[in-house]
Amino acid sequence: MLTPSIQFAYLTRFGDTALILSQRLAEMCGKGPALEEDMALANTALDLLGQARLWLTYAGEIEAAGRDEDALAYLRGDREFHNLLLVEQPSSSYAHVLMRQFYFDVWHNLALARLESSTDPRIAEIAAKSRKETAYHLRRSSDLIVRLGDGTAESRARMASAADSLWPYTGEFFTADFVDSTMAEAGMAFDPHALRDDWLRFVRQVFEAATLHMPPLDAWMHKGGKQGLHTEHLSYLLAEMQVLHREHPGAAW
Amino acid sequence: MQTELPQADARTLSAPTEPGAEERAFQTRFETGIAASIKIEPKDWMPDAYRRTLIRQISQHAHSEIVGQLPEANWITRAPSLKRKAILLAKVQDEAGHGLYLYSAAETLGISRDQMVRDLLSGKAKYSSIFNYPTLTWADVGAIGWLVDGAAIINQIPLCRCSYGPYARAMVRICKEESFHQRQGFEIMMVLSSGTPRQKAMAQDALDRWWWPSLMMFGPPDAESANSAQSMRWGIKLFSNDELRQRFVDQTVSQAEYLGLRVPDPDLRWNGERGQYDFGAIDWNEFRNVIKGNGPCNRERMRVRTQAHEDGAWFREALERHAAKLAQRNEGTAAPRAAQGAP
Repeated sequence: MLTPSIQFAYLTRFGDTALILSQRLAEMCGKGPALEEDMALANTALDLLGQARLWLTYAGEIEAAGRDEDALAYLRGDREFHNLLLVEQPSSSYAHVLMRQFYFDVWHNLALARLESSTDPRIAEIAAKSRKETAYHLRRSSDLIVRLGDGTAESRARMASAADSLWPYTGEFFTADFVDSTMAEAGMAFDPHALRDDWLRFVRQVFEAATLHMPPLDAWMHKGGKQGLHTEHLSYLLAEMQVLHREHPGAAW
Repeated sequence: MQTELPQADARTLSAPTEPGAEERAFQTRFETGIAASIKIEPKDWMPDAYRRTLIRQISQHAHSEIVGQLPEANWITRAPSLKRKAILLAKVQDEAGHGLYLYSAAETLGISRDQMVRDLLSGKAKYSSIFNYPTLTWADVGAIGWLVDGAAIINQIPLCRCSYGPYARAMVRICKEESFHQRQGFEIMMVLSSGTPRQKAMAQDALDRWWWPSLMMFGPPDAESANSAQSMRWGIKLFSNDELRQRFVDQTVSQAEYLGLRVPDPDLRWNGERGQYDFGAIDWNEFRNVIKGNGPCNRERMRVRTQAHEDGAWFREALERHAAKLAQRNEGTAAPRAAQGAP
């Protein structure tokens, strides 16, 4: 049965995923491989941060426990975060930054398109607003995957390696749990598994243009982010993000 | 604007034909007209020294925007609220955009962006020394917006009317965004100084550390500013360093009073006769030292820029290679199509 706590959990999945990826991109600020990339990274980070604020604000309203976007972003521990594991993976190289973005953007666009017809008008509204931004993110990341895959031998090897190492974090896009299925039954959300074929088709098409091989479809996949079971990376990310806010309890900024 | 490179060597100023005449005509335009109303455009003839001075100044300004991202970006990941994080991200993104306009303006003078970046990383080109100071607390983000962007605006508003067209036009856009940056900095300071005792102390500490370096942003005293006189004759500089510095002090002291913060200068007092503030002596030794590379963050800022550049080499090479492949493929497909179209 649909309850506010299920709705809250679902909304924080989208809010936390956007927030954590925004934070990862913000870490790169001023350190991109070209000035245009610096601007694009900051722009994407800013879009995702705006989306995170909309989702988290709504989550706080549904929860009705007096928590606003900042209380949710700054005062929860890693076990209470419900972001996808993919987005918390570190930016170990620019190839990883772009591949992480690409895998995510393809899924994000498909997911938001489904949410646009949510029976919850607020979800539909946030999804529609977000998708205007994420459509551009996807154009940019797909284009760069093609150019870097089909660039030099070195860039191709780097992209192939990033594609393989991030692949096991993409399974989580498509696995449903009780929260997903309850939301889908209520017409508020979608069946995650239903996005898989479209996601694979799009990724394959871009990889072909990029002369990259698809990683094995039956590969073992990580899971747990949506339920609050994360990789070791998230706690460090939160420590940095939350340090100042937590150091001054109750202060206004 | 702080760093003074060697003056142009008069012996290198010869143009291919009738050098003296063209240069005299150029100078006469400035002497007979009002400097601020003359616009030199990229294709106009200009003396080499004018070109070099502009390349130095515009590229230095562009580098300052790029390096200037770092001290503020230092706090994006730790911004204390999501709203502040969004504002700061947008601001740092604006700065990258300013760098882009300015590199483009400099490119109209015949230097490539690649060359300018090489000059920055090799230490040949300078950037504003203010960015060699560390951002130690969140209040430093406020102080940079309020003081550093405030000083930059005072320096830059006259440049919207400078004699080189592409630079003047870039500055119009930049100044609009800088005034938003300054307001957000002042707002951070306002919230902090009316916040908890610890927040107020953080704001005072930031003002204490950023006040003097901000005054140095206007460059050495007029008497010691080697390039100023010629730049003023050419309409590249419209007010002297000391005039602009005074303007900054007069404007900022009342803002500090409004915030309830103390300006760290025991000699600061209102001079009713002059209608301006008198202020204490600036430590020009510190200024010269930081320019020489001996500031708290000079090495760190260059290390980060150099590493970003080196780590990004494979990315830039790949994009070039891909573009070349595309061009080659297009050539390959264009020929048969033309052949098919032939009768």
